[in-house]
Amino acid sequence: MAAGREGETTGRTSMERTSDTELVMTRTFRAPARIVFDAYTRPEHVKRWWAPASRGIALVQCEADVRAGGTYRYVLGSGGEVVAAFSGSYLEVEPPTRLVYTQVFEAFPGAEAVVTVSFEEKGGMTTLVAHERYPSKEALDGAVAAGMEEGARESFEQLDRLVTSLRG
Amino acid sequence: MLETLGALAEPTRLRIVEVLGQRPRSVGEICDELSLGQPQASKHLRVLRQTGVVEVEAKAQRRIYSLRAAPLRELNAWLERYRRIWDERLDRLDEVIEGIKEEENRHGRRKRR
Repeated sequence: MAAGREGETTGRTSMERTSDTELVMTRTFRAPARIVFDAYTRPEHVKRWWAPASRGIALVQCEADVRAGGTYRYVLGSGGEVVAAFSGSYLEVEPPTRLVYTQVFEAFPGAEAVVTVSFEEKGGMTTLVAHERYPSKEALDGAVAAGMEEGARESFEQLDRLVTSLRG
Repeated sequence: MLETLGALAEPTRLRIVEVLGQRPRSVGEICDELSLGQPQASKHLRVLRQTGVVEVEAKAQRRIYSLRAAPLRELNAWLERYRRIWDERLDRLDEVIEGIKEEENRHGRRKRR
């Protein structure tokens, strides 16, 4: 029975909406934390995983000054056109265990999220936990209005529960 | 699909859908629950009806609104696609990590810049 289910079991990434404004994603990698931290933050690595390449979207610009107070900007493009741009600044950078940064979908500058990522190493494996917090439920809903990728996914988590209740 | 999304993108309409997710209700009940004025509620309910998200049934001179499952199921499928975007993204991160590991095994740990 799926009722009451919060997490998502498809694939190896678990996703949980922990409140109206928060989302937590968890994934474990077979590597020490220092490698996972580098792969997650350094542009030469980020370029190879962040964009949904199978959908014809590429990371056409990727700049990151990974230190407290530094900024980053990721620009997604397709067929020579900019699809979306995300940017923000790093609030805390403690390699290889912790990273806190702001995240703005540039089309909606008012809805700045704060993302806290922890990298916990145990027995050669590293569990990455990314916690996203938006300023308000409305910030999520507003972001959804234009189909913002990051926001839409989260805002509709609540509908998932609703739909589950309708299935019976 | 896009119509459903558009209808639900408005915060008040999303709240109406949430309230109707608990059980079918009359306009009056929806207004009480969400502290809405009747004209405002009616306006939003009209949009939700036009996009097929809710349906209305006359019952003892009251109009009872309830959710229709089909468009929400469709939306749920769309949500699943979004989740998969993250799963795929982290699959690629996994590959990058494996690549870094192999590189280190072959050449030893490189000095970090």
